[in-house]
Amino acid sequence: MPDLSAPSISYLGLAPVLIVLGAACIGVLVEAFVPRHLRWNAQVSLALLGTVGALAAVILVAGRNELTAARAVAVDGAALFIEGTIAALGALSILMFAERALDPAKSAFVASAALPVGSSADRKLATAPYSQTEVFPLASFAIGGMMLFAASNNLLVMFVALEVLSLPLYLICGMARRRRLLSQESAVKYFLLGSFASAFFLYGLALIYGYSGTVDLGEIREVAARSGASDALFVTGLALLIVGLLFKAGIAPFHAWTPDVYQGAPTAVTALMASCTKVAAFGAILRLLYVGFGTSEWTWRPLIYTIAIVSMVVGAILGITQTDVKRMLAYSSIAHAGFLLVGVIALGDAATAGRGLSSTLFYLLTYGLTTVGGFAVVTLVRDGDGEATHLSKWAGLASRSPLTAAVMTLFLLGLAGLPLTSGFTGKFAVFRAAIDDGAWPLVVVALLASAIAAFFYLRLVVLMYFSAPAEDGPTVGVPGLPTTIVLAVTAAATVILGLAPGAVLDLAEQAAVLVG
Amino acid sequence: MSDFPYLLVLMLLPLVTGLGLLAVPEHRHDVIRRAALVVSLVVLVLTVLMTVAFEPSGPRFQFVQSYPWIPDFGVRFSLGVDGIALVMILLIGVLVPVVVGASWNEGADAGRGTGKSGSMRTFFSWLLVLEALLIGVFAATDIFLFYVFFEAMLVPMYFLIGSFGGPRRQYAAVKFFLYSLVGGLIMLASVIGLYVVSANEIGQGTFAFDALRQISIDPDLQKLLFLGFFIAFAIKAPLVPFHTWLPDAGAEAPIGGAVLLVGVLDKVGTFGFLRYCLPLFPDASRAFAPAILVLAVLGILYGALLAMGQTDMKRLVAYTSIAHFGFIALGVFAFTTQAGTGAVLYMVNHGISTGALFLIVGVLISRGKSRTIGDYGGVGSVAPLLAGAFLLAGLSSLALPGTNSFVSEFLVLLGSFGPYPVFSILATVGIILAALYILLMYQRTMHGPIKPAVRGFKDLSKREMAYLSPLLAVIIVLGVYPKPLLDIITPAVNATMSDVGADQSSAQAGNEGGD
Repeated sequence: MPDLSAPSISYLGLAPVLIVLGAACIGVLVEAFVPRHLRWNAQVSLALLGTVGALAAVILVAGRNELTAARAVAVDGAALFIEGTIAALGALSILMFAERALDPAKSAFVASAALPVGSSADRKLATAPYSQTEVFPLASFAIGGMMLFAASNNLLVMFVALEVLSLPLYLICGMARRRRLLSQESAVKYFLLGSFASAFFLYGLALIYGYSGTVDLGEIREVAARSGASDALFVTGLALLIVGLLFKAGIAPFHAWTPDVYQGAPTAVTALMASCTKVAAFGAILRLLYVGFGTSEWTWRPLIYTIAIVSMVVGAILGITQTDVKRMLAYSSIAHAGFLLVGVIALGDAATAGRGLSSTLFYLLTYGLTTVGGFAVVTLVRDGDGEATHLSKWAGLASRSPLTAAVMTLFLLGLAGLPLTSGFTGKFAVFRAAIDDGAWPLVVVALLASAIAAFFYLRLVVLMYFSAPAEDGPTVGVPGLPTTIVLAVTAAATVILGLAPGAVLDLAEQAAVLVG
Repeated sequence: MSDFPYLLVLMLLPLVTGLGLLAVPEHRHDVIRRAALVVSLVVLVLTVLMTVAFEPSGPRFQFVQSYPWIPDFGVRFSLGVDGIALVMILLIGVLVPVVVGASWNEGADAGRGTGKSGSMRTFFSWLLVLEALLIGVFAATDIFLFYVFFEAMLVPMYFLIGSFGGPRRQYAAVKFFLYSLVGGLIMLASVIGLYVVSANEIGQGTFAFDALRQISIDPDLQKLLFLGFFIAFAIKAPLVPFHTWLPDAGAEAPIGGAVLLVGVLDKVGTFGFLRYCLPLFPDASRAFAPAILVLAVLGILYGALLAMGQTDMKRLVAYTSIAHFGFIALGVFAFTTQAGTGAVLYMVNHGISTGALFLIVGVLISRGKSRTIGDYGGVGSVAPLLAGAFLLAGLSSLALPGTNSFVSEFLVLLGSFGPYPVFSILATVGIILAALYILLMYQRTMHGPIKPAVRGFKDLSKREMAYLSPLLAVIIVLGVYPKPLLDIITPAVNATMSDVGADQSSAQAGNEGGD
């Protein structure tokens, strides 16, 4: 029997993850023991405390570059930057979860998800004042999983984190109070396709273990460097791992679930998935490709190069044909995933290492903030049936609610990458890194895709500003404090990171370290 | 007084006022439009003072200011003007108060069944923001900053067309935006490319125009980078075959927007040729010049022919602009100081005369509620002042001697005849066509039997005279005495032409192009 000794663990380095997961665990206990009338406030504060605490912990820990827990988890600049980003975006999403002023039933989540849709109990429930609070610990678990996902230096830990982040998300996707069937359908789709992706990842993990005899990313790299990396096991394993990650990041051609799930899930959950999950998945992609397979670049580089083009083009072109705001934003996120891969490609050259990484990190932050803001606006525009997401309902919104339309326009221009918004700064940083790296054909494609994507962002602006308001148009809800905070923070970030991004760019530059 | 931060103040003043207008209650129409007028007049006074303070024989860039902006990208907020940029800013200063006067009631009837969605407050707010950004485009000496203004100025114009334009305003606004955006994004690739080249050449990436001008770039790479800039500017100018957005945007934009769109915004394209394409990529400029000249001459003839075929007055004026932009491009790429100076002067004159033409057509449309030429006739006998103003603006547009445009057109033709006699002669045909389309439009609308729709026409009101007369006066003054402007323009054009190495190559290029 081998000698098992407990590895030394840097609890401080792991603090961000531990705080969020701890808050989630306490949330479960709260659910069990705290009286119902106190639960809402307790859960909201707990979840916010967890995410904000994690952000504070990240700031506290910043500057460390080490591997801890027997090399299983990395605490380095990139991991901490991504953890901080996830914590911040997670806190904003939680605020959207906690909005009670918009829906007449006080919450966007169904009180009892198990009741069959359309049954008499369900109808009774629709007007009942119950709200359910389990979504908060579930979201906290997901956020904790995402943070670990991006920091894991070990394929097994990465897989566990993948499951920790996915399972709660599958659940809360199906918990919309309105349009419950659509919501449940999205949950099932996400679960089925997500399970496939997990299986792919697991199979790839097994093959890589078979090839290298280790699940540690650093050791895999050394083995691959020694043996030339042309083994069938190695190539197949790597491909399967990448497929699993691309699925989570919602990158074409593994994007098919994105529009359906984004549309069906409660909008607050969509915001969480579109921002945090994407950030986490890119964190994992960066770590896997550069730490684990950094020496076998030529195995995956052509693949990622092609997929970046496919994702940008698919996202931009299919986005044009959408008639639903949430689906449109879903395709926008697919296109943006392609732009992010441009940054991932640009990490390649040793001479410029850091610039591709820092620009990708910066892009993740700007994209996440703008996207959360966009979805927050979606929650405001409502008719009797809940959120009015069909594009035609948005016609003439500017004359009904100028401020809402103006804020949405800001986010759309940011997503389109117009100068003086954060989206432009991000795109510029990523494209500069890519041209620096010699990937200029990719940048030209990216620029053309940006132009195509601009069309559908603009179409919504045209609808809001230049069209006559629809007769039975939706009303624009007056947001409560939580959504107001979300809108203020994201709108301010979109402007500030466009006008004066220097400080944050510096931060990303300093954080551009991958250990392992 | 020369260290007064003119450029910064010129940008901040309209920008802050424009945003401040949003805080004024919507129904206070007089507060809104008077504030806009006063600010635009202050800007005019400042631009005039700046022009007086400018020393033509001094350094190339004056009123220079530079602040660090995004150090990670090597971007600085750098402003400065040479003679070319200065006269363009002066043109903006002149046109904006005129536009404010012409748009005095724009948006006053918002929401009363007009189908237009914009209000007066938003109109003047966007207008002033646009003025600030336009000044920024011409004043930027950092290419990144230039690009930022280049793209950002689309937004106010987009809203001006989309919220206040004619029946097809949605289509026109989106088309305008997308065409310009595509061009801009292609340029962005070249902008980043330039940065990377500079990083390799001088060890540190920079966007400063002066530093980039001095690095030598491999000729093949130059061609690629040149094309990125060229396509953006050719769409913006617009040069045939990138022109199809202009008739739509020009025809659907509100009159005030159309004046600034065709008068100033499009000039960014030709300005870009002179400021960026020629000095930064001299070899590529020379290599592509013959092809571009063909496009320019094509534009002159094609624009003129299409203008003749129009029945819509605003579209007609828009098409005449395409012909005129052909002249400007001819002047720029002939690579002689004479033609270049003519081209810059043409940019100013075209802004004045086409602006006046648009405004008068706007007056006609406001009376007759129709853009179709056939709906008018005999206006001259009902409203003689209106007809007179129309004639003067029209004559300036067809470059009659004694009007401002004649000087510039003559300089362009003279300067391009040396190296490219064939192109120059073909361009002259464009002048004859110009006389045709302008005079035909004048004849059909102003003479002949009085159409029933025209019967109750009022002549020019005091307000209309107030904003038209300065432009008409400038047409005459610059036609007789263009020297002050030429003195400012010539040194800047000389510098540009020596950047591109025109003196050595013009004779040789002339032999190739002329045969």
